[in-house]
Formats: sequence, C-alpha cells, structure tokens
Amino acid sequence: MLQSIVVRAAEAHGEEHNPLLPEWIEVILALVVFGLLVLAFRRWVVPNFEKTYAERTSAIEGGLKAAETKQAEADQKLAELDRQLSEARHDAARIREEAREQGAAIVSEMREQAQAESSRIVEHGKAQIEAERQQAVASLRTEVGTLATGLASRIVGESLDDEARQRRVVERFLSDLESSNGAGGVR
Amino acid sequence: MNVAATAVRPVLAEGTGGFEAPGPGIFDLPPVFSVGSVGVTKPMLQLLLAALLVFGFFYLAARSRSMVPGKLQYAGESAYGFVRNGLGRDIIGSHDYQRFMPYLAALFFFVLVNNLFATIPFIEFPTFSRAGMAYALAAVSWLVYNAVGISKHGLLGYLKLQTVPTGVSKVMYPLLIPLEFFSNIVVRPVTLALRLFANMFAGHLLLVLFSTGGLYLLQHEGVIGAIAGPLAWVMTIAVGFLEVLVQVLQAYVFALLNAMYISGALADEH
Repeated sequence: MLQSIVVRAAEAHGEEHNPLLPEWIEVILALVVFGLLVLAFRRWVVPNFEKTYAERTSAIEGGLKAAETKQAEADQKLAELDRQLSEARHDAARIREEAREQGAAIVSEMREQAQAESSRIVEHGKAQIEAERQQAVASLRTEVGTLATGLASRIVGESLDDEARQRRVVERFLSDLESSNGAGGVR
Repeated sequence: MNVAATAVRPVLAEGTGGFEAPGPGIFDLPPVFSVGSVGVTKPMLQLLLAALLVFGFFYLAARSRSMVPGKLQYAGESAYGFVRNGLGRDIIGSHDYQRFMPYLAALFFFVLVNNLFATIPFIEFPTFSRAGMAYALAAVSWLVYNAVGISKHGLLGYLKLQTVPTGVSKVMYPLLIPLEFFSNIVVRPVTLALRLFANMFAGHLLLVLFSTGGLYLLQHEGVIGAIAGPLAWVMTIAVGFLEVLVQVLQAYVFALLNAMYISGALADEH
C-alpha cells in the first residue's frame, strides 16, 4: 500500500527519486558517523559518567557509614555518661546517708560526754561541799569545845587545864546539850 | 485540522495550472558542495552536525566529573541517566546493560537531535526523512541484537530462542516457527527503519504542504483565501508542535525497541 502511494506520487511528479530507495552514500555516511559517535561515547562519555555515578554512590555510602559510626559512638558515650551519672547519684546518696549516720553518732556521743562531764562536775562539787562541811563541823566542834571550857572554867573557877578532866567535862556538856536538845531544848 | 484540510482540498482538486502540492521531490535537495564526484547534501551535513553536537555536549558534561555537578554536568548526567536507567537498566537488566550504554545513549541522542533538526529554524529538515540513513541505523540495530543473541546462546540456541515459542503444542510449530522467524528476524529492522523514516517524511511533508498551501491561498484565492491562508499557517504552527512531540517520541521508540530487542536476545526463556 505504501509502495502504491509512493508510486502514485512519483507518477504525479514525473521522474523523481523514490524516497524509499536509499542513496548508498547516505547509508555509508550514516554508518560511519554513527559508528564513530558510538566509539567516542564508549571512550570518553560513558566511562566518565559511570565513574562519577560510582564515586558519588560510594561517597554517599561512606558518608552514611561514617554518620552511623558517629551515631553509635555518641550512643555509647551517652550510655556511659548515664551510667556514670546514676553511679554518682548513688554515691551521693550513700555518702549523705553515711554523713547522717555519722552526724547522729557524733551528736549522741557528744551528749553522752557532756552528761558524763556534768555528772562528774556535780559529783566533784558534792564531794567538795561534804569535805568542807566536815571540816567546818570539826573546826566548829574544836572551837565550841575551847569556848565552852574557857567559859566553864571561868564560871566554875576550876582549872580545866588537865587534859583528861577537860575532855570529860566537854563530853558531858555536849551530851547534856544533846539530851536537852532531844528533850525539847529546855534547859 | 479539518477546517484547514477542507480549505486546501478544493485547491488540490483543481489540479492543472493551480496549486502544485509538495511531493517526494522536496526531499531531494541539491548538493551544497561537491567533494570530487560526490555531492554533499544538507542532510549529510546535518548528520555530521548532529554527531558533533551530541558528542560535544556529552564530552563537556562528562569531563568535569565533580561530586557536586555544575549546570552542564547536571544536564548531561540527567540526559544520560534517563537513557541509562529508563532504557538500559530497566529493560536490559542491571546485569548486562553497562556494555550497551555507549550504543544506546549515542543512538537515542543522535536520532533525537537529527529529528529535532526538522523543527530548528534555518535547518528545518529531518535527517531521517532520507531513507538510507534510517536504513543504516536499522541495519546496525539488527546486527547488534542478533550478534548479542548469537554470542550468548550460539547460532542454533539463538534461533531456537527467537523462533520456537514455549508453552505451545508441537502441532503448531510448523505454523509458528516461520512466523516467529519472520517477525523477529526479518521484519524487525524493516519496521524499525520505516517507522522512523515515514514519521519524519510525513511530518515534514505535512508542514511544507500547510505552509506553501497557505501562501498559495493567500495569493490566488481572493477573499476565501485571505481567511483560509492564515488559518493554514496557524495549522502549520500547531502541526509543528505536534511534530516536535513525534520527533522526540520516535527517537525514544527507536532506542526503546533496540533495548527491547537486545533484552529479548539475552533472555533465557522466550
């Protein structure tokens, strides 16, 4: 059908070259030019593009891998820091607890010490007072004896210088005094 | 289109002495200059120019090879990547496509630029409206896919692959084997060449018809012509855009069929 159209067209225009029939020079030229183009592509164009693609792919993959490594490192570091932080918290709590215990122990110890000290002071004071009292009693007794014998000798006119006698008199006086005291202080 | 067609038809019907419609003769251009006894015509120069343009562009674009491409490199990579991924990797398959990339990429862009010459101002002639040039590319295609198949499967294995259909009872073989042989080995280069050639030929003829017809109408047909002539020129522009689409499509189809034939020749099963 195509051929009949072409033939009719050719008839209409007299002697014309049938467009379906090739000019051999054009066939050869097209083969040569296209062949050279393919060779040039193979030599200069396609390898360059492919190399660029491959390099870019590997660069991107390398970047991704590096990023992954960094991420893993960061994660690891974060976990370590977390661990350290919790450890530190734990330590702090433990130390605080210890300090509290120690503080309580110190306070109680101090209290005990103070109590001991105070009771010791009180004991000491009591002992001193007792000693002083004893002393006062002794000296008072001696003085009272002397005074009484002096007074009595003056009243009686009798020398009480004799030791034995003096003692006896004082004893008697004191026992009288005591008994009169016991009988209602009336003499 | 209908309006313009009806406007042109009566003019053509008048025939003698009137409008002479452009025929196949418009494709026989006189030589621009001669080398010895060989006349060098415009389509021959276009063929060379296309090869130089395609190679020049891709050479410059591929040369810098930087990781972050500039504009030229990006354009080149996108164009090459279109053929590489769309035709090579997706159709031939990731295992084999690399060795066909120079052929496929050169083929697609060479045909594309030559086709676009039909629309580019001051060139305005489709190189492949010269049948010989289309035959040459079809012959190369035929050689490539058959050679690939024979080198992979051996001659008999390849013929079996291309002609013996699987999943069909053996009774049908006498009928199917010649048919398959005819369609896969004989007809393919013919259809490949004629598809490209006829599209370019018809497109250019149509454009010339509309533009010269419009001029004739304007000059010789009075009032009707004064209206119909410019209308024909509007149609020229519309058809021109359609032709750009056809040109790109034909280049793509030519490269696509090549990729499919190669992939078919490499296949393990029919």
